[in-house]
Amino acid sequence: MVTVSRREIGSMLAKQGILIAFALFMIGFTLANAKFLSVDNVFSVVRSSAILGVMALGVTFVVISGNLDLSVGSMMSFSTIVVLDLHDKIGPALAIPAMFAMTLCLGAFIGFLVGYLRLNSLIVTLGMLSAIHGLTLTYSGGQNMDIADKEGTWFSVFGQGAILGVPTPILMFLSLAALLGLVLAKTPFGRKVYAVGGNGTAATFSGIKRARTVFTCYLISAGCVAVAGLIQASRSLGSQNTVGQGLELEVLAAVILGGASLMGGVGTIFKTVIGVLILGFIQNGLLLLGLPFYFQFVVTWIIIILAVWLDIAAKRGKLWSPIA
Amino acid sequence: MQPGALSKALKGGAIWGFIVLELIFFSIAGQFLSLSDTAFMDFDNMLLLLKQSAPIGIIAMGMTIVMVNGNIDLSVGATFAIAAIVLLDSMTWPIFAGLGDWVIPVAWLLALLAGTAFGALNGLIVWKTGVDAFIVTLGSMLGYRGIVFLFNGENPTSHLNWTLVDFAEAEFLGLATASWFLLAVTLGIWLLMTRTVHGRNAYAIGDNREAAVNAGIRVGPHMMINFAIIGFLAALSAVVFYSESGSVNPNDGQLYELWVITAVVLGGTKITGGAGSVIGTFGGVIAIQLLRKGLGHIGADTSTVNLVIGLILIAVLFLDRQLNLKGKEALRI
Repeated sequence: MVTVSRREIGSMLAKQGILIAFALFMIGFTLANAKFLSVDNVFSVVRSSAILGVMALGVTFVVISGNLDLSVGSMMSFSTIVVLDLHDKIGPALAIPAMFAMTLCLGAFIGFLVGYLRLNSLIVTLGMLSAIHGLTLTYSGGQNMDIADKEGTWFSVFGQGAILGVPTPILMFLSLAALLGLVLAKTPFGRKVYAVGGNGTAATFSGIKRARTVFTCYLISAGCVAVAGLIQASRSLGSQNTVGQGLELEVLAAVILGGASLMGGVGTIFKTVIGVLILGFIQNGLLLLGLPFYFQFVVTWIIIILAVWLDIAAKRGKLWSPIA
Repeated sequence: MQPGALSKALKGGAIWGFIVLELIFFSIAGQFLSLSDTAFMDFDNMLLLLKQSAPIGIIAMGMTIVMVNGNIDLSVGATFAIAAIVLLDSMTWPIFAGLGDWVIPVAWLLALLAGTAFGALNGLIVWKTGVDAFIVTLGSMLGYRGIVFLFNGENPTSHLNWTLVDFAEAEFLGLATASWFLLAVTLGIWLLMTRTVHGRNAYAIGDNREAAVNAGIRVGPHMMINFAIIGFLAALSAVVFYSESGSVNPNDGQLYELWVITAVVLGGTKITGGAGSVIGTFGGVIAIQLLRKGLGHIGADTSTVNLVIGLILIAVLFLDRQLNLKGKEALRI
């Protein structure tokens, strides 16, 4: 007879805890309001989470490699403003690759500082948060950006279009998630990301080029930010300079909720997607229950701390921390 | 001279050298570029600068001790806004109606208590759950901000009490009230960190938590006290600022945590804990305010300030690492 110890049950619960919590939330909200699981509502939640979600995919790579990226919010403002500005100047077909190139340059700069110069990623990306915000303001001259001809452009397809009834942002989010999920789980590069984040020194001694791996993670993050900026710009066809402000921390919250460890080496794309969806559905569910909009922030706070707490509690086998 | 003394002196004095450089640069550049007639180094201008540094500076002192302790607090901006709302709203509560102007100290006390309580709550969670302070305060940054918005929606909370405004705008020995608060807090935290057991332990815990535990230091209570201190100081900063302005928006204090951390890191405090000084932080606060004011003086707009501060932060980090290398990072990749 197979006996399962309490410890094993505990660690199994912790491993799949985020999925169980997600399921409980969905059941609870559905019981409370029948509209919650309707196709329209699910589509609208996933569509509004798509921008945050796309950014979270890239940040997952950075976090697993043992670093942080606090600059994604202001970088997203930058790419949104740039693509909107270039849209009228050189046309959308050229504006999109140009915006991608510029955003990737920023990512490469951060990747160089953190990967090759080995500077502390928290402070570097904190500095870049401020610097890119300044860059965006300088670029736009402090003005809001608007596309002149909002009706006659095909550019709106990324944010407002739909293929076979599924909104494009959802398709972009999910296909990017599938692609990056495969890269992280099934390629040698993905293994290197885990190795570098888990134990950088050991990875170096095993012949992994640590600097190059970290650099690539920041490039992926910047690429995801560019996609998010594209969706944002295409959805609204006009934007303020501060459209991404504060998003970096919500993105990080989603990634942490998905179980990625800030120490590095732990996390998956699939769980990050779950983290993003939990944030989105909680916000939506609380609104459907008639609670005030800002109540979701308080709930998010409690959920983040509970999720991380239970995770580490299961690992150490004790609920309370051993700190005296 | 002992070996390493030069590089140590260089690092300790770096922030002051930077300030002198800024003063010289903006004075000279101001001669050619400034639209106003007053010199940049005008005495009144410098006094104003000290006053304008106060809101960030007061919180930065708390952040110094928290970061030396090996933690970080991202929720200070939200705590700042909560304390401001408690201050302004409590003055209109009916139960205090009979107090007249004596409502002011009561409102101050309530605001400071609220800040201390929210700070201590962060500390308690970090202590009891063992979750990293970055995650705990990232969560409470969202949560506390949610509480601010739940209170009054997106509307500002306003209450002007002229006695309070007169006090906040008063000058004593040439210095504004806010400047006095900044100086007093700096002195207080300096004494706490250099002259008390609690201060020594904060350094010890930040430097090597394992060793501190083995040395018999009770790590948890020390961390919680430090979080309570930064909550208290965030509230004090709000009290000083909103006594004068009398109106708080629910978005106020957003990004304060980033400005504060920038000032503390510029001042030489290690993000990993164990090293840092209040005097350095004071220098960092002044340097940032000088930069904002100086760039404004020579006609640059806010976008340039953001750009320059971000790049300077990275440059400081780079220089600091170069000075610290000492050949021990033999592993080249």
